[in-house]
Amino acid sequence: MEFQYGGEAHIARPTLDSDDSAWSQYLFFRDNTKGVHAERWCHARGCGQWFNALRNTTTHEFFAVYRATDPPPALGGPGAR
Amino acid sequence: MQRYSALSLLRHSLSSHRHWRPIWRRPEPRSSYDVIVIGGGGHGLATAYYLASQQGIRNVAVLEKGWLGGGNSGRNTQVTRSNYFYPASTRFFDHSLQLYERLSRELNFNVMLSQRGLVAIASNTHELELARRWANAIHLNGVDAEMLTPAEIQRLLPRINLNARAPVVGGFVQRRAGISRHDAVNWGFARAADAAGVDIIQGCEVRSFAKAGNRVVGVATNRGEIHAGKVAVVVAGHSSQMARLAGFRLPLTSMTLQAMVTEPIKPVLDTVLMSPTVHVYVSQSDRGELVIGGGADVYHSYMQRGSLATTEATITALLELFPSFSRLKLMRQWGGTVDISPDTSPIVGKTPLDNLYISCGWGTGGYKAIPAGGETLAHTIAHDRAHPLIVPFSLERFASGALVDEGAAAGVAH
Repeated sequence: MEFQYGGEAHIARPTLDSDDSAWSQYLFFRDNTKGVHAERWCHARGCGQWFNALRNTTTHEFFAVYRATDPPPALGGPGAR
Repeated sequence: MQRYSALSLLRHSLSSHRHWRPIWRRPEPRSSYDVIVIGGGGHGLATAYYLASQQGIRNVAVLEKGWLGGGNSGRNTQVTRSNYFYPASTRFFDHSLQLYERLSRELNFNVMLSQRGLVAIASNTHELELARRWANAIHLNGVDAEMLTPAEIQRLLPRINLNARAPVVGGFVQRRAGISRHDAVNWGFARAADAAGVDIIQGCEVRSFAKAGNRVVGVATNRGEIHAGKVAVVVAGHSSQMARLAGFRLPLTSMTLQAMVTEPIKPVLDTVLMSPTVHVYVSQSDRGELVIGGGADVYHSYMQRGSLATTEATITALLELFPSFSRLKLMRQWGGTVDISPDTSPIVGKTPLDNLYISCGWGTGGYKAIPAGGETLAHTIAHDRAHPLIVPFSLERFASGALVDEGAAAGVAH
């Protein structure tokens, strides 16, 4: 398929001196949001770029698409549809 | 409980079937229970049944926000098997299969277990090696598995196309595996639990937990507040939402798993066929429909629908293996919300809260686990200590690193 899913966005890697619990949270634990979800996508069969999106996980409506390096936009703000 | 039998059927026919009792009550929720089980699917109902029948705890309520068995327990493709890889998984799932083998008798309800065999096929030499490794692992764990040649597979599945684009170079069969009837499993457990005194409260949605320090003392629902000594969360796709209400997170991703059925036809398929390579599996129901499943739609979703691309990929794979099925009409397609864990193994047992227990992460494989899942969770609740069979599946393993990585091993991959 054209786009490849990359899971929840904005998860910061912990520092190297973090404990197992912090690493475990980073690697495995997720919000698993029912509702508007900030997530990563890759244009795998196109330009290959990774980007972020705000999508409702129940209705699949996309509210925003924004750069991988940017924070999530406010719903209805710049970058949002 | 009004016992079902051929004799009772005859007796009732003599009074024109006017005296059958409702299969379960619809009680109003009481103000408190010893145990509240949140989630009225197969696992929740089985947990309530085993609490009453094995642990002697009958002051139990099952709270279901929809109708009982209306979630994944009512949407799955009914495959009942125990061909896993790791000893921990095999021990658990084969115990569940053994419970299935006695279940109709125990519940006095025909769950229609048909141990017609499950054939898993390989499509190249590497996969054949992996299949041998898998079959050997199953043997070492004391469970049945037999390697098959293409000719033997053709004999078991006359309609299969061995020269599909991903050809059939061999495989193995678990003969004790097969299918059963999912609604019957739900209803059988519900009836038996209800008869033992469990209140099954449908249309009852938990909105928050009442806590005292690190203990849950009750729940607030759309039908009022209910106090509880212990609470179990058994809600599959919505586990993360329940956890959030209780104040902790889980390592789960909720996705849609699709299933579909064709129009009913005369018997053409005697076993269950699984192709891990091209991600399709198929069986024929007692109504004659081909019941088809594949991989999950790999993105967070609670929509219970899935996208056409996945449906198409699943059907394409099926028709490559069984070209004659292209003549059939696809009758119905649906989805369920499956909660998949990082190692595609379940998460069962205690939570960060003192008297809150959880059973989740069953992903796409929860149906076959219903009896053992209920039995072990009931034990865990009653003793406040994980049942031995589920010790490897504790939430702690994600911090300790002791994952049970069935995702890579048993071909349960997404």
